[in-house]
Amino acid sequence: MRRFAALYERLDRSTGTGDKKTALVEYFRDAPAPDAAWALWLLAGGKVARTGARIATTGELRAWVAEASGNPDWLVEASHHAVGDLAETLALLLDEPLHPGPELGLADWIERRLMPIANADPNTRRDVVVSAWRSLCFRERLVFNKLLTGALRVGVSTGLVQKALADLSGLDIARIAQRMLGRWTPSADFLQGLLSPDEQAGDAALPYPFFLASPLEIDVQALGDIGDWLLEWKWDGIRLQLIRRGKDIALWSRGEERMDGRFPEIEAAAAMLPRDAVIDGELLAWQAESAAPLPFSALQTRIQRLKPGPKTLAAAPARVIAYDLLELDGADLRERPLAERRALLAGLLETNPHPLLRLSPEVSAHDWQQAATLREQARERGVEGLMLKRRASPYRHGRKRGDWWKWKVDPLTIDAVLVYAQSGSGRRSTLYTDYTFALWDGEALVPVAKAYSGLDDKEILRLDRWIRANTVQRFGPVRSVTAHHVFELGFEGVNASTRHKSGVAVRFPRILRWRTDKAAAEADRIETLRALAQ
Amino acid sequence: MARTSNDLVVTTAEGLYCPVGDFHIDPWKPVPRAVITHGHGDHARAGMGCYYVVDAGLPILQWRLRDQDYRVHGHGERFVIGGATVSFHPAGHVLGSTQVRIEAGGETWVLSGDFKRDHDPTCPPFEVLKCDVFITEATFGLPVYRWPATAGVARDIVSWRQECEANGEAAILYCYALGKAQRVLAELAAHTDRPAWLHGAVDAGVQVYRNAGVAMLDTCRVADEPRGADFAGELVIAPPSAAGSPWVRRFNRAQQGFASGWMSIRGNRRRRNLDRGFVVSDHADWPALLRTVRETGATRVIATHGDSDALVRVLRDSGVDAGVFQTDYGEDD
Repeated sequence: MRRFAALYERLDRSTGTGDKKTALVEYFRDAPAPDAAWALWLLAGGKVARTGARIATTGELRAWVAEASGNPDWLVEASHHAVGDLAETLALLLDEPLHPGPELGLADWIERRLMPIANADPNTRRDVVVSAWRSLCFRERLVFNKLLTGALRVGVSTGLVQKALADLSGLDIARIAQRMLGRWTPSADFLQGLLSPDEQAGDAALPYPFFLASPLEIDVQALGDIGDWLLEWKWDGIRLQLIRRGKDIALWSRGEERMDGRFPEIEAAAAMLPRDAVIDGELLAWQAESAAPLPFSALQTRIQRLKPGPKTLAAAPARVIAYDLLELDGADLRERPLAERRALLAGLLETNPHPLLRLSPEVSAHDWQQAATLREQARERGVEGLMLKRRASPYRHGRKRGDWWKWKVDPLTIDAVLVYAQSGSGRRSTLYTDYTFALWDGEALVPVAKAYSGLDDKEILRLDRWIRANTVQRFGPVRSVTAHHVFELGFEGVNASTRHKSGVAVRFPRILRWRTDKAAAEADRIETLRALAQ
Repeated sequence: MARTSNDLVVTTAEGLYCPVGDFHIDPWKPVPRAVITHGHGDHARAGMGCYYVVDAGLPILQWRLRDQDYRVHGHGERFVIGGATVSFHPAGHVLGSTQVRIEAGGETWVLSGDFKRDHDPTCPPFEVLKCDVFITEATFGLPVYRWPATAGVARDIVSWRQECEANGEAAILYCYALGKAQRVLAELAAHTDRPAWLHGAVDAGVQVYRNAGVAMLDTCRVADEPRGADFAGELVIAPPSAAGSPWVRRFNRAQQGFASGWMSIRGNRRRRNLDRGFVVSDHADWPALLRTVRETGATRVIATHGDSDALVRVLRDSGVDAGVFQTDYGEDD
């Protein structure tokens, strides 16, 4: 328990995900496997007691701590009210043990002390819990109580835990994530299989690591003969791998997350493929009769929704634009040239065409000049620009430069006024680095975007000093400032939004430059931005 | 609490008042005669006709309030104000903090002022006084407040500084400028000899303590270093008001900690976005409040500032006549 309590304390203290990941890697590296397996279970949101297995209700815990600490019930309540967290209140109300009990690992605590008393009579359960309280020091009591009250809630996502395990094992995070799907029991055996380099049952649904394009920062002419390049639109959806291996169908996003159950129409389409295949493509929301996809915000309504209802399916129907074929009938095609993979992909999709699985159309241009002209039309087509892929390229992984480029259309820009500032988090908490920008709506400024980056260190310091000297009002950590400074903001798109006061939501806003040459009154008006909204 | 004709201390708009002696104690509005328990701003204010103070507390009062009409008495020395016999007794809160004992008409009342029972190398320990009525502070009046041994906390501060050093960060520790900062420096002296760096407001208090003969860790002033100086690996002590101010910007990479009784609750630390909280308090924790009331033998107890409701209810349930005085004192720690 000591080691797990120390991990909890480290996670609770750290403000950066990097620190948290290091703490997790060290814990999983050093902890005995049975303890590490339970830690993984708990960090992934699992509880100690299965549904219906009672160890202690919160009411019982309050009553037991009142008895054990000699405080009346009302004083336990008043304490809970002041502290906010029940597990912490219970830990604070008890004395430090004069003679700490012998160290018992997390797995032993759970499997040998707690699980055997599930649903036992109240006195038996109370005796075990109270004697645990009397043997554990404060930080162990805190974690022990967290086991009893439910979630750990220590600011660690399952994804971060999986990243730590990927770092530790050298396995791909997708493999870790895949192996943690479905039902599993926290045991040393499970953990061993999870981190094993050997093929495990269920690995059949695994995706390949994605090959990512790099932004084109060189003159496009330098890419040489345009005939060597495949040009496609850069769609603004969710990059995914669609896997059909026998009866196994899986959808993986680029974030190594499985999207099963969220897009049933795509899973159904995959089941109709004539052969086993792994397809790399883009998931988009797209009305059947429409020439262009729906904005990204439509797709967002579906990302978290399991088993979407008919209304959702009709409002934002999904389809996949297929870019590449990574595997066909179990054969890994990634070393073959793109041109060959694409021909196989086209053949696969033509055999038994499905309206929701379509080949990404080739954009034909006879020279780079014409390609540049086509790129300028991107926004009207509902795409982000052009993809340039060398026809001879293998399917690499990660962001390897040279073969695949994304040639995005220049961002939309507005000149906006700085209206609010907030200090950054963690190591940047001494500086005002989170800014909110507004546009003119009549005589008023309406906030339209938040941006955290785009200034250099010197500019950040200069702006920080100015913010402190020109604060109008404070709202907790947020300061409103005099409307004075104008910044050019770049963003990828604008959508109408009912959730934003301005009526529009901008995508990926960032600061392009500090317009010291402009006065606040010369900043853009909200109408300019609304006109850009699709 | 109902005021009866023979109560030695009552509340007035100006502050706590002793009718038989015709003086106030730690008043918050100008009065002719003020008895002062200690130098914190919410207890010692400017504008009084004269100040009755304990000798050990005089340097702090002079630093805070400059020249005033001070009437100075030693701890344990009995003196008369009006119809009351008054004496000062150590409260163990900060340097020169005192309890006020008032005797008249065969009754003894004691005002604790702010106090603690834990060891503090910067001031003599709290003296238990038998009394009929005990007027107690109750800043930390809930059973969740139980202080750990300060030596262990001092060791934690030292290892935190070492962690920061390994990360190339400064360790900024926020402490109240009068009392807490000096106590932490005195405690640290037993565990390290690496000097600490001080914010100007803390340094002023440290000088007062040094002049009073309190042994503390060696200190340097941040202000004496050129701008852009590197404080990586250094322990920097600053008042809590410096958090989020332009002053902290000079520490490019820093962790921020806070030494206070309030840090025993994680939410208090997280709300302030602090990296670390160290539980060091200059007030009595819950067990110390109950123990002190018991040891005074008082049959009547009046709680002043803080979370007094719970304390009053617990005392009443145990048969003590307990009540509350509304005051203007703060809850800084």
